[in-house]
Amino acid sequence: MLNSKIPEGPIQHKWTQYKASAKLINPANRKKYKVIVVGTGLAGSSCAASLSELGFQVEVYTFHESPRRAHSVAAQGGINAAKDYKNDGDSVWRMFYDTVKGGDFRSREANVYRMAECSLALIDQAVAQGVPFAREYSGYLSNRSFGGVQVSRTFYARGQTGQQLLQGAYQALIRQTAVGNINLHTRHEMMDLVVVNNKAKGIVTRNLDTGEIKIMEADAVVLATGGYGKIYYLSTLAMNCNASAIWRAHKRGAFFAAPSWTQFHPTSLPQMGDYQSKLTLMSESLRNDGRIWVPKKKADDRPPHEIPEEERDYYLERKYPSYGNLAPRDISSRAAKEQIDGGHGVGPMKNAVYLDFDSAIAQEGKPTIEKRYGNLFDMYKKITGMDAYKQPMLISPAAHFSMGGLWVDYELMSNLEGLFVLGEANFADHGANRLGANSLLQACVDGYFIAPHTIMNFLASEKPHETIDQIEKEKLITDTQERLETLLKIKGNKTAEEFHKELGIILYTKCGLIREEAVLLEAKSQIQELQKSFYTDLLVPAGNQINFELEKAARVEDYLELALLIVEDALQREESCGAHFRKEFQTEEGEAKRNDEEFKFVSVWESLEKNVFKLHKEDLDFENIKVSERSYK
Amino acid sequence: MKLIIQVWRQESRDAKGKFEKYNLEGLDENMSVPEMLDFLNEKLIKRGEDPIAFESDCREGICGQCGFVINGHVQSPEKQATTCQTHLRSFKDGEEVFLEPFRATAFPIKKDLCIDRTALDRIIAKGGYIGVNTGQAPEANSILIGHDTAESAFDAAACIGCGACVAVCKNASAALFTGAKISHLSMLPQGKLEAKTRVQKMVAQMDAEGFGSCTFTGACEKVCPQGISLANIVTMNREFWKS
Ligand SMILES: Cc1cc2nc3c(=O)[nH]c(=O)nc-3n(C[C@H](O)[C@H](O)[C@H](O)COP(=O)(O)OP(=O)(O)OC[C@H]3O[C@@H](n4cnc5c(N)ncnc54)[C@H](O)[C@@H]3O)c2cc1C
Ligand code: SF4
Ligand code: FES
Repeated sequence: MLNSKIPEGPIQHKWTQYKASAKLINPANRKKYKVIVVGTGLAGSSCAASLSELGFQVEVYTFHESPRRAHSVAAQGGINAAKDYKNDGDSVWRMFYDTVKGGDFRSREANVYRMAECSLALIDQAVAQGVPFAREYSGYLSNRSFGGVQVSRTFYARGQTGQQLLQGAYQALIRQTAVGNINLHTRHEMMDLVVVNNKAKGIVTRNLDTGEIKIMEADAVVLATGGYGKIYYLSTLAMNCNASAIWRAHKRGAFFAAPSWTQFHPTSLPQMGDYQSKLTLMSESLRNDGRIWVPKKKADDRPPHEIPEEERDYYLERKYPSYGNLAPRDISSRAAKEQIDGGHGVGPMKNAVYLDFDSAIAQEGKPTIEKRYGNLFDMYKKITGMDAYKQPMLISPAAHFSMGGLWVDYELMSNLEGLFVLGEANFADHGANRLGANSLLQACVDGYFIAPHTIMNFLASEKPHETIDQIEKEKLITDTQERLETLLKIKGNKTAEEFHKELGIILYTKCGLIREEAVLLEAKSQIQELQKSFYTDLLVPAGNQINFELEKAARVEDYLELALLIVEDALQREESCGAHFRKEFQTEEGEAKRNDEEFKFVSVWESLEKNVFKLHKEDLDFENIKVSERSYK
Repeated sequence: MKLIIQVWRQESRDAKGKFEKYNLEGLDENMSVPEMLDFLNEKLIKRGEDPIAFESDCREGICGQCGFVINGHVQSPEKQATTCQTHLRSFKDGEEVFLEPFRATAFPIKKDLCIDRTALDRIIAKGGYIGVNTGQAPEANSILIGHDTAESAFDAAACIGCGACVAVCKNASAALFTGAKISHLSMLPQGKLEAKTRVQKMVAQMDAEGFGSCTFTGACEKVCPQGISLANIVTMNREFWKS
């Protein structure tokens, strides 16, 4: 039933072959086809602009007030590409290898290879758009290194790489609203997917300013709606990131892959109080010079500078001598959690570890460190009021990136025909752990270079503009209206935010960095309880026009359902791999222990009815890379 | 910590608005301003009152979505900060804090603290881009750009489109915002070709949207959370006269 449609032939030629044999549509006929793109992050903007440039009609939706506010804007560190400008032995093949290994051998080889291959042209495209990447004095592009690899392949624009790339994509998109075929609908939320005969044929939308619910019909639908790490409530994501678009599509039949694979970023700022609404990320690049440590003594209340060298545990350097403070994210985050759980946590809530620049400042001088990280230190001060030149930063792991998402085949098409899923919203390239600076790349490559070809290939066999039955349309609109009215009518005593916070705590403590059968079962029953009480205790203020609480409530409703699938997925996978660490399955040294015999597949879920899930498996074949133990010692 | 909050409440675009007073206790000085509004809204909802409509998303100063006037300071009483990067430790215990929306003809108020800034997108749509289609780009290192030029281009490109520059300007001019985009692009070799039409069209759209003209008071530069320099307006004017 699951056909990943990987083209035949050697991996180096698969994408070229695909493009050579993909079906085309005559330029004059393209304007007869309409494609909906939901989301204006890197994936959505780039796809919409590229489709419009080809001549298709494109309807673009975002709940944001402007496309430029999509959460891609917040990415700091950089974007990877195998340009080998450093002559340090990088190549498409090495990047492919690093990514498959980084993902703990749980991604699809052919997709990963294609991402590495397309990375070359992506940097070209971004530079041509005017993205001001860092440069050497000679005028050539500059690179730096990132966690989990030994070459320098990361391109960056100070600490605002995502913002700058998004500017490029946003400008391409907005240009097409003027000179091309894009209709832009801001402050519109996708509420449901329209499926006719197992094909995606449109979406149900709500105008968030007026409350109006409408249907937009199309010949194909693209979801580029980002990640759902915000399900943990405290996360590095923006307040409005959500799973609703992909969850509603899932409920209409699109399969969901590896829902429980969430990356926890090791260098986020810790929670400081109950009022807190999000956790801010401090770029991973800080780990190039900062040293991570905790006091050896438990519950040590001395200020950091009073703790002598021999009473500090530089646990990453101790456990992973060859990668040290640059060990991959999943490993670093888990190690921090072990220290915090073991009573070595520091900071007011004892929930952090130190990231210390003392030795770097002593060795290289304050001006050098200031030049490298000045903006990050300023940001740290703005948020915490503390000076990281004088005392070590407090950092802590935080929910950050969803490796899971809607299942897609090689064409980035879901099992529902005509539904394409791009960027962080899909499951494809990162396996069980994403390498830093690979997801901006994936979002861009999906949108600029892959989807335009695969969507055209799909549309070439479709008759343009088959309309949906009027009665069917009215029913879909009523469904959404009734759903929202139900939420408004509960009139309990608990806000959507309170439900979300409770859900977040359950997920963090029971289905977070470390998982265990008995605890997951507890999580499951607690979420079920919470879900039940949602329908009796929820309180949403009245009003159908601008009503942020109603938006939140609908998203939390979806989060509660997805949370149950997340727990189910974590329970089912009786192995540890990447970010998914099951306490029962570890090596003697406490590292993740994969079980390739039984679990070398992607877990792909179908919802039979509400909260009833059926597992499908996509077996992973590794023809080019030898599956091995992932060691960073 | 205690604060007396005075918030601008306005039902809809055409309704009349007024300040409404709320006494808040049990605040934490590490709360950000949006977190304080979350806290207040929770109470309003439970009392059966309409919560305060306000927007924010990233809450780390990069998306440009938040932004109110706080005690007369556009965005923030702090230097180079957005509203979401403003914490209660900026206020004295017991202080009265006024919160109101950005005000400009081109930014109509939608409800309470929410405004419509889509006029800024429409300015960009007129030419705030380099006209390269997907697939046309040459090899990246074939376009050499000096380190300093790249850094200056970045400085201009760092604008987050928040509109604070407009809100603070007595003429509600969008010159800093528009100038930043024009100088970002026209500074780069790949953006020079379209420089003429870009500046003409963007400036015309700025006028059409009802933004005022720039009289060079420099107020915008002072409130800009990204520290966008007034020099960008000089560049824009130069490009405009050249065209
Ligand atoms: C703090 C932070 C730092 C990061 N740093 C890096 C980095 O240095 N390097 C790297 O490679 N990656 C980084 N990442 C990850 C990377 O930024 C994201 O994976 C990537 O930008 C996702 O892009 P996207 O286009 O898929 O989604 P997004 O940019 O999140 O866009 C989602 C879009 O969908 C819209 N949307 C969502 N739901 C709906 C709906 N129901 N209806 C209508 N519209 C909807 C939103 O409005 C938005 O426009 C970082 C992530 C975070 C959170
Ligand atoms: S120039 Fe500054 S104040 Fe004006 S929109 Fe850009 S970031 Fe905001
Ligand atoms: S919420 Fe993004 S800048 Fe303030």
